[in-house]
Amino acid sequence: MYKYDEYDQAIVDQRVDEFRDQVRRRLSGELTEDQFKPLRLMNGLYLQLHAYMLRVAVPYGTLDGRQMRMLGHIARKYDRGYGHFTTRQNIQFNWIQLDQTPDILQELSTVEMHAIQTSGNCIRNISSDQFAGAASDEVADPRPWAELIRQWSTFHPEFTYLPRKFKICVIAADEDRAAMRLHDIGIGLHVRDGELGAKIFVGGGMGRTPMISHEIRDFVPADDLMSYLEACLRVYNRYGRRDNIYKARIKILLHEIGPDEYRRQVEEEFAAVKGLGLDPPRAELERITNHFGAPDFDQNASTELDRSDPDFAVWLDQNVKAHKQPGYAIVNISLKPIGGIPGDASADQIDVMADLGTRYSFDELRVTHAQNIVLPHVRIADLHAVWSALNDAGLAEANLDLISDIIACPGLDYCSLANARSIPLAQKIATRFGSLDRQRDLGELKLKISGCINACGHHHAGHIGILGVDKKGTENYQLSLGGSGAEDVSLAKITGPGFSEDGVVDAIERVTDRYLQVRETGERFLDTYRRVGFETFKEAIYG
Amino acid sequence: MKLLTGNDLPTGDVVWWTGNGWSRHIEDAVDVGVAGESILQAEEGARRVNVPYLIEATQTDEGPRPAHIKDRIRALGPTMRPDLTLKPADPNAGSWVI
Repeated sequence: MYKYDEYDQAIVDQRVDEFRDQVRRRLSGELTEDQFKPLRLMNGLYLQLHAYMLRVAVPYGTLDGRQMRMLGHIARKYDRGYGHFTTRQNIQFNWIQLDQTPDILQELSTVEMHAIQTSGNCIRNISSDQFAGAASDEVADPRPWAELIRQWSTFHPEFTYLPRKFKICVIAADEDRAAMRLHDIGIGLHVRDGELGAKIFVGGGMGRTPMISHEIRDFVPADDLMSYLEACLRVYNRYGRRDNIYKARIKILLHEIGPDEYRRQVEEEFAAVKGLGLDPPRAELERITNHFGAPDFDQNASTELDRSDPDFAVWLDQNVKAHKQPGYAIVNISLKPIGGIPGDASADQIDVMADLGTRYSFDELRVTHAQNIVLPHVRIADLHAVWSALNDAGLAEANLDLISDIIACPGLDYCSLANARSIPLAQKIATRFGSLDRQRDLGELKLKISGCINACGHHHAGHIGILGVDKKGTENYQLSLGGSGAEDVSLAKITGPGFSEDGVVDAIERVTDRYLQVRETGERFLDTYRRVGFETFKEAIYG
Repeated sequence: MKLLTGNDLPTGDVVWWTGNGWSRHIEDAVDVGVAGESILQAEEGARRVNVPYLIEATQTDEGPRPAHIKDRIRALGPTMRPDLTLKPADPNAGSWVI
């Protein structure tokens, strides 16, 4: 894992001091809310329905046990005993007091964490593959590149006031586990003729105008990556629509001028910036890369596994994935207990996960964009002990990628932007489909819920997506089908008129019933949907 | 009736105008009527409460009930966590919101 050097620590410490003074001036009345709002947002502090909300960055979703324990400590000391893991691989605390925020940031800084650039029109937390360094299908570990981009984008003087927020994702595997094609910039590391480079995709995103990114360049040599990103951002920063917030994202720029014209301008800019020395010297890249070396794996680790406990066996089959190192496995901890709140974990549960990460996973944990937690490097021989501890903590739900593994935004229960509640609906759906046998029969089925058009719950990318809207003061839910955030990326299509909360649960059941009627052997829901088409399911929903 | 609401500056708590100050309990809220705009402006100037705003509500036997679900959720707390609402001992408190 990356460890701060003196420069990293200094800028975080300075920012804490700066924000402490800004909070003091706000509380004294020296600053108005209009003056203070952009300052607090730069430090990840929102004002939501019931309280302030602090969004803490977890760079590319990677953290160690010490950092995870600090999150539990923050939840216990400053919040109401829990945290909410987000679709940007971050964590949010929902009950924060303004006057305590400087102390929280101070405590976070002691474990190399902060809330910088988790809001505002800047480059947000870099996201990546939660299986990085553990997946057998990756050509390189994407995290050194994500870290390099984090350093480049932190307080970047040109890109602090972009036309709109900007999200970058880096992956290095065939399987896209990070919704890379739905980012402003998606970077797919790959090897060509023995050389590492990046395929660059630009202009993806969800929100009110969902779009899949365009491939802008097939191969940027790794040594030129930062210059190329600089060029991509410069063109956006120059021409992005600052006059209209709804047209300010880079996806709209690409839509308006076309990917070919955008590419032409980027290449022109790239030619100009390439010689400016923006790319780090090899020594610096090696310094960063050295932080992400493979753990000291036991080369003789056993691959033997006792599956005699049926509950353990189900969890193994559903939540544990193959590791590239023989004798090890990737453990996915579901934060989606049936009837629970997607992405929430209590302070005690956070501590349990931290301790398991430290003891069994080389002190590493990951946050996934699906609001789950990963222990990336667990010895197969330790899996039963890990499962037992998770089970005791209420963290052993064996539902990864099943219909109850729902992504849901905080919705109208917390969010000031939301139009409808997401969490109670997620709870109803998970409860309706609560039987694990039933869920496993349905197979992989990614259901995603957003409480407003901003799509924090990624409903556009759901095999089944739900969007909550306000219909004359009443919550109403639009159903959509056929989305995917994976390598087979697609955008979901709205089925028709919306439903009440109970009505949409019934409609989903009609969709899954139809799927079971028409699926062929080996097909996932999405495969069947794509084969038989939208109308088959629409007819099932509306008759 | 019209209510004046906002979020307390240091804590972020939802607060309601009571006629001579702010309360965390909507039961204490008063109808600000036509004076709402002037009270709002005065309170904005006082800078004790973040983004105060006026809402429509109706008077019921249980006290004022905001017209919009968002403000009813603000008044009580998150609907799926009764333990975090202002009425944690009342299992039916959420029915007031919906």
